[in-house]
Amino acid sequence: MLRYLLSKLLTFLPTFFGVTLISFSFIRVLPGDPIIVMAGERGLSDERYQELLKQFGFDRPLMEQYFDYLSGVLQGDLGQSFVTKRPVWDEFFALFPATLELSLCAMIFALLLGLPAGIIAAVNRGKLFDRVLMSSALIGYSMPIFWWALLLIILMSGWLGLTPVSGRISLLYFFDDPTGFMIWDALQSEESGALGSALHHLILPTIVLGTIPLAVIARQTRSAMLEVLSEDYIRTAKAKGLAPFRINGIHALRNAMIPVITVIGLSVGTLLAGAILTETIFSWPGIGKWMVDSIFRRDYPVVQGGLLLIAVMVIIVNLSVDVLYGLINPKIRKR
Amino acid sequence: MNTVAQAAERPGRFQEFWYYFQENRGAVFGLWIFGLFVVVALLADWIAPYDPTVQYREHLLQPPFWQAGGSLAFPLGTDAVGRDMLSRILYGARYSFYVGIVVVMVSAAGGIVVGLLSGFAPKWLDTILMRVMDIILAFPSLLLALVLVAILGPSLTNAMIAIAIVLQPHYVRLTRSSVLAECSKDYVTAAKVTGAKLPRLMFITVLPNCLSPIIVQAALSFSTAILDAAALGFLGMGAQPPTPEWGTMLAEAREFILRAWWVVTFPGLAILITVLAINLMGDGLRDALDPKLRRS
Repeated sequence: MLRYLLSKLLTFLPTFFGVTLISFSFIRVLPGDPIIVMAGERGLSDERYQELLKQFGFDRPLMEQYFDYLSGVLQGDLGQSFVTKRPVWDEFFALFPATLELSLCAMIFALLLGLPAGIIAAVNRGKLFDRVLMSSALIGYSMPIFWWALLLIILMSGWLGLTPVSGRISLLYFFDDPTGFMIWDALQSEESGALGSALHHLILPTIVLGTIPLAVIARQTRSAMLEVLSEDYIRTAKAKGLAPFRINGIHALRNAMIPVITVIGLSVGTLLAGAILTETIFSWPGIGKWMVDSIFRRDYPVVQGGLLLIAVMVIIVNLSVDVLYGLINPKIRKR
Repeated sequence: MNTVAQAAERPGRFQEFWYYFQENRGAVFGLWIFGLFVVVALLADWIAPYDPTVQYREHLLQPPFWQAGGSLAFPLGTDAVGRDMLSRILYGARYSFYVGIVVVMVSAAGGIVVGLLSGFAPKWLDTILMRVMDIILAFPSLLLALVLVAILGPSLTNAMIAIAIVLQPHYVRLTRSSVLAECSKDYVTAAKVTGAKLPRLMFITVLPNCLSPIIVQAALSFSTAILDAAALGFLGMGAQPPTPEWGTMLAEAREFILRAWWVVTFPGLAILITVLAINLMGDGLRDALDPKLRRS
């Protein structure tokens, strides 16, 4: 097991350095001089330009700049935002809880609906329910989620007036948010109704962000269950006269979960990409919206740092899924 | 002469493929819709009632014909500057088709060549290539495409380049794993023994036997390309107005969502139907081409 862990960690290192290299070169291949962009419309004198060039180290050889950047990254220094002048690292972790909260809710939504749907479809294979469900899953899988978000806004907020259109909580409530997780902070605050408002604001973004994972999980659960249901030990369980719930829910599901867990782990990338669109549409103050805004503002240090942090996060999650997979299934470790 | 007679006895590869493909009714349905989409894309100049960029200023935000205030002159209504929705959607098919074809060709061609190289290369080169692909895959695809477009400048061409780069690693991995599986088979050894050179081994001996999963992947990435291009257009980083690209149309329609449902509904519906048709078709292709994954 230790060898397996080490070999996995060894593949992490080159990927990590590659990712830093890409995010480092990003600012250097951009058209336009970052210093002139930073100066904005006011422009700047020649002396000031040279001064800034020195200050940021852009006048030194590229190799040297890269090693400086790398040692900064390893110490948690990702530079400062051009716009807010705050460290990128601080901004990222101030906004990250919002994205994490939304992603967790979306994942829970997808699991709560997707797992039972997949199981029921597999057990009733070929029947009407299975067909309707798998057709809906395919539609969900093909859905342009930015359009889905707009449709839900028209229907739920516009016509029915049920849900708010943007933000994380109603402006009526104001309290400290020490953790950044709105549900938790609202619960801790003394204000009544704050929790309800926070949950209310989560409904539409959760549905939108959870739609594709939901479709993927339902499809994956169904096919994994179908495979397991034809195994001998299921026949044995049936022969023993166990109740269908016990057979499907315990004997079959436990073994069908392995591929499903992988899918859940791998959909972190999908969630982050979806967060870019979902957060932009619902003005959700998370890292997806932050990245899009920074790209438009040409706030290069933020784009560079955000890109790196997001990629590192995806790599770490994928690595953990690999390790977890090895833990669940010893056969994988041996390879 | 003898070989010809033998070949005739065996059903053609295409017939065999079609036999399995048409068993999946959804796939055939998807194929029909996709065919319709291609026809619309090719013939948009003749089918569309109006020029997609001409503004009819006396018909701003006119609803579809079945609603009060609508007329058959603009069957799906008009947008905020009085352009015909139907014509814009028909022309939009052309852009989506173009995006799909170009992205699939570029990413598949690049991915197949790198994948073949990786499969045949010495171990150190293989390791380097695969690590590079891992690095690209570490970035969420839409985010990487967005940043690439920010570097290259927002336009449909740059969006296509960005999406092709982002999709390429999937082809590389797929091709490499098929190549590795094929290389251990006897016919490859036989070809090596008869003195086939490396390019011949790669492109003529091995590649044709690796094509099935690649074709399935091509179908799936066609729909991904359309979705991603529309998402980039929606974020303002793809095709620029007044291009009648579906995602860009949705971006322009955003401020009118509560006043004019049709400017939001139809472009998105067009994206959904096209992507759905291609995914249905992809499922059928997988069933027909890949016996291992065939639904039992």
